[in-house]
Amino acid sequence: MAIVDLMPFSVLAPLIASGVVALLPGRFWPWAITLLAAIVATVIAALTLPAALESTLSYPFGNWPPPIGIEYRVDAANAFVALLVAGMAALSLPWAKVSIDREVPERQGAFYALFLLALAGLLGITLTGDAFNVFVFLEISSLATYALIAHGRDRRALLASFRYLIMGTIGATFLLIGIALLYMMTGTLNMADLAVRLPEVQHTRTVDAALAFIVVGMGLKLAMLPLHLWLPNAYAYAPNFVTIFLAGTATKVALYVMVRFIFTVFGGEYSFTVLPLAIVLMALGVAGMFAGSWVAMFQDHLKRMLAYSSVAQVGYMVLGVSLFSAAGLTAAFLHMFNHALIKVALFMAVGTIMYRIGSIKLQDIRGLGRQMPWTLTAFALAGLSIIGVPTTAGFISKWYLILAAAEAGHWWLVGLIVITSMMAVYYIWRVIEAAWMQERPAGSPAVREAPLALLAPTWLMVALNFYFGIDTRLTVGASTAAAEALLGVGGLMP
Amino acid sequence: MNWLPQVSPLTVVLIPFIGAALIGLAARSWKTQQLISWTTSALFLLAVLGQLGAVLAGETPRQLVWEILPGLPIAFSIEPLGMIFALLASSLWIVATPYAIGYMVNGGYTSLARFFACYAIALGAAAGIAFADNLLTMFIFYEILSVSTYPLVAHTGTAKARQGARTYLGILLLTSICFWLPAMIWTFIATGTLEFAQGGILAGHLGPTQAGLLLLLFMFGTGKAALMPFHRWLPSAMVAPTPVSALLHAVAVVKAGVFVALKLALYVFGLDFLAEIPLTDFVLYVATFTMIAASLIAIHQDNLKARLAYSTVSQLAYIVVGALLATQVAAIGGGMHMVMHGYGKITLFFCAGAIYLASHKTLVSELDGIGRRMPFTMAAFLLGALCVIGIPPMGGLWSKWHLVTGAFEAGHAVVLAAFLLSTLLNIAYLLPPVLRAFLKPLPEGEPATLKEAPLMCVVPLTLTAAGSMVLFFAAGLPHRLMQLVFA
Amino acid sequence: MTVLGFFNYWVVIILMMIGLYCVIARGNMIKKIIGLNLFQTSVFILFISAGKVVGGSTPILREGVEVYSNPLPHVLILTAIVVGVAITAVGLALAVRIQEAYGTIEDDHLGDDGEDDGPFEEEQRG
Repeated sequence: MAIVDLMPFSVLAPLIASGVVALLPGRFWPWAITLLAAIVATVIAALTLPAALESTLSYPFGNWPPPIGIEYRVDAANAFVALLVAGMAALSLPWAKVSIDREVPERQGAFYALFLLALAGLLGITLTGDAFNVFVFLEISSLATYALIAHGRDRRALLASFRYLIMGTIGATFLLIGIALLYMMTGTLNMADLAVRLPEVQHTRTVDAALAFIVVGMGLKLAMLPLHLWLPNAYAYAPNFVTIFLAGTATKVALYVMVRFIFTVFGGEYSFTVLPLAIVLMALGVAGMFAGSWVAMFQDHLKRMLAYSSVAQVGYMVLGVSLFSAAGLTAAFLHMFNHALIKVALFMAVGTIMYRIGSIKLQDIRGLGRQMPWTLTAFALAGLSIIGVPTTAGFISKWYLILAAAEAGHWWLVGLIVITSMMAVYYIWRVIEAAWMQERPAGSPAVREAPLALLAPTWLMVALNFYFGIDTRLTVGASTAAAEALLGVGGLMP
Repeated sequence: MNWLPQVSPLTVVLIPFIGAALIGLAARSWKTQQLISWTTSALFLLAVLGQLGAVLAGETPRQLVWEILPGLPIAFSIEPLGMIFALLASSLWIVATPYAIGYMVNGGYTSLARFFACYAIALGAAAGIAFADNLLTMFIFYEILSVSTYPLVAHTGTAKARQGARTYLGILLLTSICFWLPAMIWTFIATGTLEFAQGGILAGHLGPTQAGLLLLLFMFGTGKAALMPFHRWLPSAMVAPTPVSALLHAVAVVKAGVFVALKLALYVFGLDFLAEIPLTDFVLYVATFTMIAASLIAIHQDNLKARLAYSTVSQLAYIVVGALLATQVAAIGGGMHMVMHGYGKITLFFCAGAIYLASHKTLVSELDGIGRRMPFTMAAFLLGALCVIGIPPMGGLWSKWHLVTGAFEAGHAVVLAAFLLSTLLNIAYLLPPVLRAFLKPLPEGEPATLKEAPLMCVVPLTLTAAGSMVLFFAAGLPHRLMQLVFA
Repeated sequence: MTVLGFFNYWVVIILMMIGLYCVIARGNMIKKIIGLNLFQTSVFILFISAGKVVGGSTPILREGVEVYSNPLPHVLILTAIVVGVAITAVGLALAVRIQEAYGTIEDDHLGDDGEDDGPFEEEQRG
């Protein structure tokens, strides 16, 4: 079977599995089937990537030729993001077993079914070549995500979920408005077809408005600075496994959609002249970098701290996009991938701490470094990566971002990137200092090192952080190809 | 040196890291840890010596380990300057090992496995800096050195130790990430390479003014060279146990700093280009100021280790000045001073530690008559002091000789005067402890019986004192290596 | 004339603004959900009205009819309505759970529910 025919199965596998899992009782089989589906999706995504690097793949559904029928259209950009999403799911699931048994003791079948729906939705957004399909998959994954977040043990998880639901729905509806306006102007929903037809009707108010709605709507979903309010609480109170998965995938996929619309559908040249995107995105990206890092520096709740750090890292990606150059987009895609690696590792370490001591407040982890050395060393090493120390994945993406900024002549950006990295040093340092430099408060119970089932996946992620900091062939190669595909050097653009 | 096998540079660097891992694994058995420490330091010395023959023959063994990104490889090359630094670090490590064991055991310290593991990592990082073939590799090992020495400085875990260690790590990390890293990126963007090359890589790529700014970033980014105003970490780090102060803050860490400064001057900027940059003079005067100011502060320090720390700040500035005078003779003097000061200063620190161990005295004003109780230690102290001051028959003479000649050649009268003044100041702060120890009577109630520190501590300090005297006669080796830099 | 000719857009915009205002200004969660529904509905109308062809008939093939309305928006919006219903359902379910956990669904009474709520509230959730 050709790889093109396999492509839909990376979405179908989790979708079908979710139906099965929902009916399964007990604790083992739901998890096992979920893992299996995630692995299947990952394998297919991994097989797709090399083929997509060579040429754009298209799978028409029901053999209806596009643009009449719906197609999956995969080039380097979405193949890379799909691999990221499926890979993160497969890598985080081994960690999930022990943690979910503790946090969601009952009705795990339903929980895993929701997770699979979210995964299928995210993969669907990534692979599809149809604008309306993006909206539908976006809502599938979002709905599942709201429910997943509400599974948090803390009652504040409910509030966080509700607020995310309100803001997420507004964002998705904005996207729908944009798509509606595009449809009214062109009569097509296929993204490649839209790209062909839009130039005829360019510079009408309607198309301008469509672009604005889509950028703002996706800005909400990806937590770009002034629209980030839902993210910290959602990350902080969701079950740890959900936080890990979301941190690694959800915002990345939203960024992908935004970039896909800006560059492929509207065309970068048009988008950046009609809206002052270069300035707006740059300003918002930089503001996000600063505000996110700044707030993270003063958080005592570790998951909130990492959540704000995510806002900052999204800022880096948006900044890369705003440069409107191959180098900038490459940096954005690299950081998408590397940041997923980093944050998954960090959230895993924090989740492991929570599993053992039931709290992740800074004052509760004092002196923990001696009792859980493996967990906290993993945290510290992943922390190096988020700071961007050479030999870690974080360095690679920041290096590219800096080169892109320098290439565009924005020297001040180089300085800002360095300064925000210093802020990352500070918030990671606080944790290390509390864990190793301070004494365990008197009277606190002795804590054992975390079980291997949690440690092994965490250390695997840490190892990957260093691996991709040294062997950059895959990440840099795929990111470059993704940027070229989006900029139309060879890919979707006619 | 043909009788020693010549291993690859990576192997040399890895030896201490493997040793550290083994020490970590043997955390339960103190005997095994000692054995590993000994073996590692001995193997390391042999491995470094094994490279000497090739380097003296004018070869430069190179090794590309891995190319992270195009133009950003991890690579090693052994050139003469790095060889000097590696020889210094490896020869002193093997002397410091017994001292550290003796000191830590007799001083009642705990967590020895962590201590010796970090000790070994620090030496491995120093070797990595010495053999780095490009700025990126150097930066990575520079940071490993900063981070791995943090647990050593904060070893006792008291509030004071943590405070000092925080200043230590804070300044070193901040300067390197805020100045060094951007400077490195700038260099890459300007030249397209980070590789060290004889005669520099920057000439022709940057104008004199831009290069001057870059020089500022690099020199102040090299926090380990302790140029004012970024010298505070060095006195702060004196809260560490003395073996750490001795080997790391008199040799490995600070010498890594000035080694980086020399390497930048010779292999990134190039002496000819450096002489064209107007801002070179500014940095040169900052270093000259540091030299004098640190000496003046040292005179007023009553705490012996603090006094030695400020003395180190001053002596490091000598080497930076040697690099920035941009003449061949001065650069040779700078390279030689790394070695001479290394031997002299480690002797002084060993003595300070021995005094503390034997009599729990830390202040200069308490040292009255102690020469009667600790004659060997104080005699070694005298030799070390003479070496740092630069009086024959000690090795320090030759390095200062070259430095002063270099200042004369370059026509910097102010620097010349500063060298002379600073030497006088050296005498003023290094000799009083010796004079007190031998000439003043012991305080009431202290018997004049011999009470030296344990043998494990006294023997190493005697050896390094002897070594600094031997260097007076054997100065040919570092001198020859430094000349090879310009060959 | 042009103003009236665009009356469907006016309806859409008015509905949209009412909906958004409701979501933003109302503290009660049920009202927020109602607002969200209005907001979504306005977009549905926008989409569907785009399918109207002047003089067109229902898009069923039969004798004597040449001009049809565009059926595609209807089909799409059918999907979007399903999505909207699902969101309403999830939102209401969450509101019920919040009522159980907090005893209120007024946002103002919940405050910002800052960080000092104690590390765990699992007992309160049963």
